[in-house]
Amino acid sequence: MSEALLSVRGLKVHFPVATGKLFGETPLVRAVDGVDLTLNKGETLGIVGESGCGKSTTGNAILGLAPVTAGEILFEGRDVATLTGRERQALWRDLQVVFQDPVSALNPKRTIAQSIAEPLAIHDATRARRQARVDELMALVGLRSGLRDRYPNELSGGQRQRVVIARALALEPRIVICDEAVSALDVSIQSQVLNLLLRLQRDLGLSYLFISHDLSVVRHIADRIVVMYLGTVVEEAPTDTLFSRALHPYTEALLSAVPIPDPAIERSKTKSPLQGDVPNPMDMPRGCPFVSRCPLREAGCEDVRPVPVIVASGHRLACHVREREITGRSALDTARTPEDPLT
Amino acid sequence: MTDAHTLEIRDLCIDVGDFSVVDGVEFSIGRGEIVALVGESGSGKSLTALSIMGLLSGAVHQSGGTATLEGKQLDLQNDAAMRKLRGTALSMIFQEPIASLNPLLSVGAQVAESLIVHGRASSAEAWDRAVEMLQDVGIPAPDRRARQLPSELSGGMCQRVMIASALIAAPRLLIADEPTTALDVTIQAQILHLMRRLRAETDTSILIITHDMGVVASIADRVCVMYGGRIVEQAEVHQLFAEPRHPYTKLLLATIPRLDGARKQELFSISGMVPDASAWPEGCRFRTRCPLATERCATRPQLAPVGGAGRVAACWHSDKVGGLT
Repeated sequence: MSEALLSVRGLKVHFPVATGKLFGETPLVRAVDGVDLTLNKGETLGIVGESGCGKSTTGNAILGLAPVTAGEILFEGRDVATLTGRERQALWRDLQVVFQDPVSALNPKRTIAQSIAEPLAIHDATRARRQARVDELMALVGLRSGLRDRYPNELSGGQRQRVVIARALALEPRIVICDEAVSALDVSIQSQVLNLLLRLQRDLGLSYLFISHDLSVVRHIADRIVVMYLGTVVEEAPTDTLFSRALHPYTEALLSAVPIPDPAIERSKTKSPLQGDVPNPMDMPRGCPFVSRCPLREAGCEDVRPVPVIVASGHRLACHVREREITGRSALDTARTPEDPLT
Repeated sequence: MTDAHTLEIRDLCIDVGDFSVVDGVEFSIGRGEIVALVGESGSGKSLTALSIMGLLSGAVHQSGGTATLEGKQLDLQNDAAMRKLRGTALSMIFQEPIASLNPLLSVGAQVAESLIVHGRASSAEAWDRAVEMLQDVGIPAPDRRARQLPSELSGGMCQRVMIASALIAAPRLLIADEPTTALDVTIQAQILHLMRRLRAETDTSILIITHDMGVVASIADRVCVMYGGRIVEQAEVHQLFAEPRHPYTKLLLATIPRLDGARKQELFSISGMVPDASAWPEGCRFRTRCPLATERCATRPQLAPVGGAGRVAACWHSDKVGGLT
């Protein structure tokens, strides 16, 4: 039934930090530190988390825009690292990206038609074929053909993002990575672009990896959601499950922090904002990355890194305390056994 | 006090070159009240805030209107007079806390600065007050933090520092321009919580500028909705969300995906886009995108009472808004 189009296994992306010192160890930022995820055909997988959680770096690593330190990225079961040059070029046809800021994604000196035609030119289509395809694509994303010869600065933010989407679709990709694709748009425009993305998915059978900090938007569009914190996946679940039965204390805090645009509901929420900040990624705790802000913290959480375990169908969780509540045991107990045989 | 309002804005107009970008904005803020100015980009909400601080410059200038602070008229165009008030009677915080702080000066010195500049305290006293203030806004180990540079603090901490420096001289009005837009949602919740607490403790009036209806619902007492440089609706926050009386407000609320809404459904969207200030239509500026528009809308509708204490909307068809969407 569901077919894995893209899988990421044990992905790590570590960046060395320039210290200016000649000797001694180079500190590492562990931007992505062991991420597993699967994107099935025709579905939308949301990745949410706060700044610095590694969600964009994960997307960039899949796109080949960030160096992979460890782990594998499998496209239709084949490791992309082993592809030959020609196979890799074929992969780029299947895998496209839409970033947050359409202004910087478009060359200001090229017309809309030129920008949309560029990937077609690279992947050798004839000139006549290109022109016809540009018209098709502009119609597909809801741009008037009269805008063909306009420049990006003559368009509104929403129209520019449509141009970027048209260009991403030019080569008929199967996966589109949307990295904060609607975050820079005003709300009235954001809903137009979300509607467009949903329609395109229905019509073209696209799969989306939808990376965003905006939980309301991700909830609207995603089938499944991965929650990241400090480079690791803390929870993964089908969207409805995540919003009705979040298990990780970080997911709970994140969901309760999103203000609901209705004062009657918003003001009746019990407010217990998460204390403190995300720790410095150069100075990660050995154990659970969330330990410094966690209300459920127990002895041992800071030493033993929780491994995501499946607690229900499609529901993965990386939390010792909640894991024990559900399954009756956790890695904390085994780690403690030698010193304390009574537990 | 004869005047219950902390701030009163009358008929404020701002031009950029020949174009009017803010046109006849009027509202008031009561003592200890939190008023939200909400709208999309280009609605004129940030320019309105900057003009109240007397911070318009270059081609952007105030072309009309008055602002009164606790009964005294502000001389918005007189930089020397406004400088005396900025940091003391009026304070402002911005969206990018890190960009708003001096990277080369300790955060303690920046919080203390307005007391020293305005001659309210000696350097030593001001430093002690700054450390107290940092503690007040919830910065742990304020003694140590005060000596650090902004780069050593997180974004959320820097916004706390901004709030501390804005409030140290106990201003009557704090203007917060998208204060949580650049922050993560868990940090946003902390900052909104802090603003609510400080308002309760100090009775400071707050004008918050935002595009986020969730933030409005969370913190505002009263809301002014702006479109095309004008206020199109003003209401108490519960009334506004429960029963918007301007089509723009109604449609704006309908376009937002909500955590408690239906998933994967077509979202409502407002047709077209916000026109440029050079191309605003005559009469009601929303009429080219409005499903209720008629010929009558070519004449400008004024803000008029629409029932409910202090509720006003600028729409000829405000009684039909309930039937939209």
